[in-house]
Amino acid sequence: MAAPHSKTPVAMKLITVAGPPSSGKTSVILKTIAALGLPEGSVGVVKFDSLTSFDHQRYDEQQIPNQTAFAGKICPDHFFVSNVEGAVEWGMKKGLSVLITESAGLCNRCSPYVNAILSVCVIDNLSGVNTPRKIGPMLKYADIVVVTKGDIVSQAEREVFAFNIREVNASATVLFVNGITGQGAFLLARYWQDALDIRTLRDRKLRFTMPAAICSYCTGETLIGEMYQMGMVKRMEFDDV
Amino acid sequence: MSALDYVAEVSAVPIGDILRRYPLAADYLANIRLSGVDETKTLPEILEDVDEDMLEEFGLDREEVIFHFCAFIEAFSRVKRPDEAISSITILGGRNKTGRPEMVELTITPGEVVSIVGPTGSGKSRLLEDIECLAQRDTPTARQILINGSVPDADKRFVAGGKLVAQLSQNMNFVMDLTVQEFLEMHAKSRMIAGSAAVVEKCFAVANSLAGEKFTLDTKVTQLSGGQSRSLMIADTALLGSSPIILIDELENAGIDRREAVKLLVGNEKIVLMSTHDPLLALRADKRIVIRNGGITKVIETTAEEEETLHKIEAIDSVLLDIRNQLRGGGIVAKESIPEFQEI
Repeated sequence: MAAPHSKTPVAMKLITVAGPPSSGKTSVILKTIAALGLPEGSVGVVKFDSLTSFDHQRYDEQQIPNQTAFAGKICPDHFFVSNVEGAVEWGMKKGLSVLITESAGLCNRCSPYVNAILSVCVIDNLSGVNTPRKIGPMLKYADIVVVTKGDIVSQAEREVFAFNIREVNASATVLFVNGITGQGAFLLARYWQDALDIRTLRDRKLRFTMPAAICSYCTGETLIGEMYQMGMVKRMEFDDV
Repeated sequence: MSALDYVAEVSAVPIGDILRRYPLAADYLANIRLSGVDETKTLPEILEDVDEDMLEEFGLDREEVIFHFCAFIEAFSRVKRPDEAISSITILGGRNKTGRPEMVELTITPGEVVSIVGPTGSGKSRLLEDIECLAQRDTPTARQILINGSVPDADKRFVAGGKLVAQLSQNMNFVMDLTVQEFLEMHAKSRMIAGSAAVVEKCFAVANSLAGEKFTLDTKVTQLSGGQSRSLMIADTALLGSSPIILIDELENAGIDRREAVKLLVGNEKIVLMSTHDPLLALRADKRIVIRNGGITKVIETTAEEEETLHKIEAIDSVLLDIRNQLRGGGIVAKESIPEFQEI
């Protein structure tokens, strides 16, 4: 076991990492923590997932303090925002100097970023060249966009992918990180070192509204038909036939 | 010009004319589901008829759309400062895995080819990575990389991050579902190259001259053979890429004219570093870096004698190539096509 870290932290850096499932978030986090070179036990991770996750094993192997929570039937973004303050409290109690939250963007409308808190979006080169144009706020409001799996696609495709990212978010820093070898994690770590020190998240504001849904299906309705639908419902418009 | 300067123009000029002036702006509209609009109307007129709820999904109201649209035009119309020319990179030694210092200072200039040799796991990739991130004695090897003889400022190091260096490795594939022509046009568009048709044409011709087997402009990039893919990647990197430094991690020895490929890169004033054990490539480099146990143990200048051996190696290589072509053509490999070797 790691020697317990100082239990009286002055403040802690918080970094929010989001990205589509299997884009390589955990690998990028692990490699970047290694590149940070901080004492063992001083960097922790809170993983927000939906149903199940095996990533805690990977964090445990590296002796990285971590907590995993499952949104279950709740919208993962809503679950994130109602628990991220608790995550910060946990990190402070644990005496961490850096806390990373990891959350999977599942609906292309996720936007788990907080004003002034370093936000990192992880997407992979294999996900299709138009993906950056489709994933919305999670990419548009990120400070840093990390592109993974670049080692297996051509240089030209990497450049086009980065260009499509800039079309959506011209102000973000785009970094290429290899989640297997860690190539590029060094630069990412340099950005993490400059993340804001905080004590709490209370009263901070989200960068963008969360996906909304308050309808009968949110509360367990399973029957199909207009008569079972209540609350906020959005209807598709079909062409007249 | 700032984004605000475009607002007057966007408010007065029909969107069709705006899109002809700034073709990329069509992408911004498409990204917020506003493609195929009435070209005779101005953007503010078009927005009158757009459902506010739809805009709200993107976190925008009508005024913000106009401002963001202008900011987009501004960002992509900015006259790019010509990148400072790279006249040299210098590798200052750090230390190997056991902490022993590397006694090396190596300067490489455009048009030079340096190969990197050493056993698997010896640290070849680490060296390529130190160059990529312009290490400043802050990576595990403690190496320092100088640009044009001096320490690159932090701004350059982070902002230019990734653009200085293009990488090419054996594991790389094309994943886009595009034809060769569409692929090259897309890359040219992202580089915002004027007169892209001519560049695309040239790139295609050069790629085909490198490839053992020819391909057409309407071949899907995913259907190209290994050699054809590599040829296209190299031609594209040399002619359409902006990176002055090229890092190559092995080149296939089949289906591609390696000598011409290296010549092409060097001829376009690139600095080429190649991790390779292919004698034809390693010996054609001006120098080779030998790596062992995480450190550079020596830098060998290719000797005149080694250059002479190249002819023999080329002869052996062409024999193999010939046999390969016989097989490819469905022929029977003739005993006579293989020269006699001295018994040892």
